[in-house]
Amino acid sequence: MKNKKCNMILAVFSLSLPAILTGCGSSQGGANGEVIVYNWGEYIDPDTIDMFEEETGIKVVYDEFETNEIMYPKVESGAASYDVVCPSDYMISKMIENDMLAPINFENIPNARKNINAQYFEQSKSFDPGNKYSIPYCWGTVGILYNKTMVEEPITSWAQLWDEKYSDNILMQDSVRDAFMVAEKMNGFSMNTVDPTELETAKNSLIEQKPLVQAYVIDQVRDKMIGGEAAIGVIYSGEAIYTQRENPDLEYVIPEEGTNVWIDSWVILKDAPNKENAEKFIDFMCRGDIALKNFEYITYSTPNDAARALIEDESIKNSSIAFPDLSQYNNLETYVYLGEDGDALYNNLWKEVKSN
Amino acid sequence: MTSKNKWLSSPYILWSVMFIIIPLGMIFYYGLTDKTGAFTLENITAIATAEHAKALWLSLLLSIISTVICFLLAYPLAMILSNMKVNQHSFIILIFILPMWMNFLLRTLAWQTLLEKNGVINSILNFLHLPGMNIINTPYAIILGMVYNFLPFMVLPLYNVLSKIDENVLDASRDLGAGSVHTFFRIILPLSIPGIISGITMVFVPALTTFVISTLLGGSKILLIGNVIEQEFTQASNWHLGSGLSIVLMIFIILNMIASAIFDKEGEGSML
Repeated sequence: MKNKKCNMILAVFSLSLPAILTGCGSSQGGANGEVIVYNWGEYIDPDTIDMFEEETGIKVVYDEFETNEIMYPKVESGAASYDVVCPSDYMISKMIENDMLAPINFENIPNARKNINAQYFEQSKSFDPGNKYSIPYCWGTVGILYNKTMVEEPITSWAQLWDEKYSDNILMQDSVRDAFMVAEKMNGFSMNTVDPTELETAKNSLIEQKPLVQAYVIDQVRDKMIGGEAAIGVIYSGEAIYTQRENPDLEYVIPEEGTNVWIDSWVILKDAPNKENAEKFIDFMCRGDIALKNFEYITYSTPNDAARALIEDESIKNSSIAFPDLSQYNNLETYVYLGEDGDALYNNLWKEVKSN
Repeated sequence: MTSKNKWLSSPYILWSVMFIIIPLGMIFYYGLTDKTGAFTLENITAIATAEHAKALWLSLLLSIISTVICFLLAYPLAMILSNMKVNQHSFIILIFILPMWMNFLLRTLAWQTLLEKNGVINSILNFLHLPGMNIINTPYAIILGMVYNFLPFMVLPLYNVLSKIDENVLDASRDLGAGSVHTFFRIILPLSIPGIISGITMVFVPALTTFVISTLLGGSKILLIGNVIEQEFTQASNWHLGSGLSIVLMIFIILNMIASAIFDKEGEGSML
């Protein structure tokens, strides 16, 4: 930080405030120091943090983000110095590309290889080729949640989101990649395409669909579907179990055209001030009983075999929503980072859709 | 004595430097440079692209409509309040300010719950066998949200100026044979212009820049300029474009302030 301060007045502006803030923060800490964690909102059982603090004497400073896109600039600018972050697949590849992550020393995190199914490490290779930087925390699919009492036939396909019958009864995801994924899969393209003509087609599909869409939402899909506000909604599989618990009329389906299989993984930042504690934290989160607690609290699929073995409720343990057999589905993909130009292309097209 | 006074103002100077001057400087720095740090006007001229211009136009339209509605609702209310006895009007003012003790986001979310298809209002209408209303996720819902949230900012300044008008001036007007309509247009309205101006500014500016109301009540289907800027920062992480568009928006706010300054002068002129 000191070198940067000499460079530019602006750098001083942007760096001095956080430096003051973190300066205040680091003076306190547990008996064994602290670890600063940056995770998705509502993505952990708060009890597990207390348990970690009690067992290790390490104080956890916990912060939350809503989307990968909000998390990235905050971590990149160094505005706050985090140790452990939990981004998604494509964002991890962006962070690897920009040299922001530290390679993980698996010897210090024995629970990772022991408990986490090798399949998910294999899958992670699409964004972290050598499995060097990330340890899977949660995974899932994106699919359609529908209200059985409000549709005339079972929903099986993305194309049904363009059915005029369901006008004003459709909820779409309000994020660039997820919205385009739906249109791209519907048109039979890859969801990682940067081909301008394919993207133009996808954009036109989304514009065509817009009058039928009730609202573009993120977390509110959950509440609106539970309340019977809409018949069909695009949702993350992890939310499906929770919504079904609240409203038994809801059904989750992975559309036949294929979808996004995503993984959110723990990573340690290159500039992490407390690397050792970060390793201890991740190792703790990979413990079977802790992963189970988290799974039961957030209901997002866990890649942790030890945790799954501990689930008592057989219907959840073998749930096709929480633990689908992915070999049954075609055209499953994981997002990859599209580069700055690719991102800009998507963002501009999305703006065209939204302003139409 | 004077040095003591200067010392007292230092927290405010520090505050405005830290949270007003520096952030403004950063907006101008980001808005006038590209990713490599080179000077460019591209982020400013980007307002001319179809999507941005449309969003700006829509924002201007909705905020002007909301301001007019707020004014039409607030003026009679402020007049009624200023004619009331002290105990009564302070109670009504309290009722008006009471919702502002609650978080702005929560109040807007509450409107969402009220207006939804299966929401509170439609359930009541349904129960009474009346046709339901479907304005959620339309521009009407956004205008409603703006009027609801910003109405107190129009009522309070109007009430302030109206209650300060000297009774004797009105008596004089009546003495000289002016009817109530005449008195209103020749005396009350001109005297209340400073309140009208600050009311309009306090409603128009937040309405023009809002992105929360359009997201929550417009279902993210209606893109206002505030939404575009928010998305540049949070989703596209293009701070340069976001800052450039913010500068354009600032120009509109400054225009509004210049207009109010001119009007204010005329208002004072007509008073003499």
